[in-house]
Amino acid sequence: MSELSPAEPVLEERTAFEEMEDTVWTEHVSLGSLVPRWIAMTILLVFFLGVWQLVTSIGIVSPLILPGPVATFEDVLFVGQNLISGGYTLPAFWVTAQEVIWGFVWAVVIGVTLGVIVGETSIGERAVMPYIVAIDTMPKLAFAPLFVAWLGFGIASKVALAAFIAVFPIVVSTAAGLHAADENARMLFRSIGASRWQTLIELKIPTGLPHFFTGLKIAAIGVVSGAIAGEFLGGGRGFGELIRVAAAQLDTSRVFSLIIYLSLLGLLMFGLVSWMQYKFVFWHRSSHGRAKARS
Amino acid sequence: MASATAMAGSSTRPKPVYQLANVSKTYADGEVRALEGVSLTVREGEFHSVIGSSGCGKSTLLKIMAGLTPPTKGRVVLSGTPVKGARPDIGMMFQQATLFPWRTTLQNILLPIKIREGKRAAFAARERAVALLELVGLKGFEDAYPAQLSGGMAQRAAICRMLVTEPQMLLLDEPFSALDEITRDFMNMELQRICLERSASAFLVTHSIAEAVILSDVVHVMSARPGRIVRSIEIDLPRPRTLDMATLPAFGAHVSEIRNLLDKGAFL
Repeated sequence: MSELSPAEPVLEERTAFEEMEDTVWTEHVSLGSLVPRWIAMTILLVFFLGVWQLVTSIGIVSPLILPGPVATFEDVLFVGQNLISGGYTLPAFWVTAQEVIWGFVWAVVIGVTLGVIVGETSIGERAVMPYIVAIDTMPKLAFAPLFVAWLGFGIASKVALAAFIAVFPIVVSTAAGLHAADENARMLFRSIGASRWQTLIELKIPTGLPHFFTGLKIAAIGVVSGAIAGEFLGGGRGFGELIRVAAAQLDTSRVFSLIIYLSLLGLLMFGLVSWMQYKFVFWHRSSHGRAKARS
Repeated sequence: MASATAMAGSSTRPKPVYQLANVSKTYADGEVRALEGVSLTVREGEFHSVIGSSGCGKSTLLKIMAGLTPPTKGRVVLSGTPVKGARPDIGMMFQQATLFPWRTTLQNILLPIKIREGKRAAFAARERAVALLELVGLKGFEDAYPAQLSGGMAQRAAICRMLVTEPQMLLLDEPFSALDEITRDFMNMELQRICLERSASAFLVTHSIAEAVILSDVVHVMSARPGRIVRSIEIDLPRPRTLDMATLPAFGAHVSEIRNLLDKGAFL
């Protein structure tokens, strides 16, 4: 062995290098990412409410057109109390809720049926799908008068419009879901001698569930819009009618608070579907605490 | 030498398992000739590979052998019976593990039995599946979901699923090409061990010359358009093969012979 230690730097280089400080530097972190989410949300809300208050209190906008946040909040409390104490808003809320629920149920029943026909049979894909796409491109609200003419001014015409609006995302997502299984998975099923029914039950439906639930979420929100639009255009005793009356009376704060409670209905539907997705598509949950094993 | 070549010509040569004679496949009314005149015989316990550039019809050949697509011409016979559809005595494996995320590892492995024979038979076969998991070193992962398995572990589970019906013939479509090279070498040796242990015959589609040579008794080199076997090369390295056989001169000779054939084929 030689006396030289390995890779001993030349003296001059060494002094220059040795005199340098540690190469420690700070990575740039954007200020926004340091703020916790709830604080950021609160700041935005406060800012929004402040601007709203300012605009209404200095009289740029008439309170008839835009009520201040305080007046709106008071009205939200009032409608809330009315709902809880079983006042006149409760039966109206129940009417709209029924329209939403039945509209959703019909949309799921018809949507899944059509979706399976389109997704599972080649006749359905070639003959039915073009018509579905064609009808989907039509402005669906324009059908509201037809539904009223066919089904009357009662709840049925609203259910029909709500279901009509919500059915398309379900058809499309069901069909797309049934097509989602990849070539290898299909080959595997064929190679183990699976029947068409077995392939549908054991492969295509589970593979398609995430797609299906995406469509369901879109439908769950669309169905509320459909029900309200149906009430606007076809009368009735639901929340849509309350909104229409309040707007006609220029009771803008009432309109706002009714919309807020309506959005709770939409949120409830969305939450229900999300919960079902979490339950049924357990393998798609984000892998919290699920460390990938190493081979 | 215990290889197939050493036994060639002797009367103790193992009996043929899978025989193909003059198999052709054309698509689009004879416009595209995917396969032409492919003949080969896989004997009991033999390991065959087919190698060729992409689009040479390897996958078509494998699909015909698996009974997933019919040939246009020729005879395809496994254990004396023509292959006219999916067969329980064939096990398949693909580049992707193709495990289903809603099934546990054990349920994935038992899937072929559940499909063919029903739930009760699948339940009865649990012990066999657990033994297979032990064979590939996945003991204790019975109830793990595929998301919890690494790529190599998932492919090992796919091996179990292929073996659970105890097939005579294994059809392997680039089974380890999505794995990193270290894992891949290891898995290839595992595959050899499993094949030797159960004296299963295997037919492997691969892009890797080295992999084909180290695993096979016979390597079929294919050319494209039309897909045909240019030459079938017998690999006379002793069994069991080890990874360091890659340094032997015989290994290098086989590799360069195959490479030359492939280079020629690429410009045809």
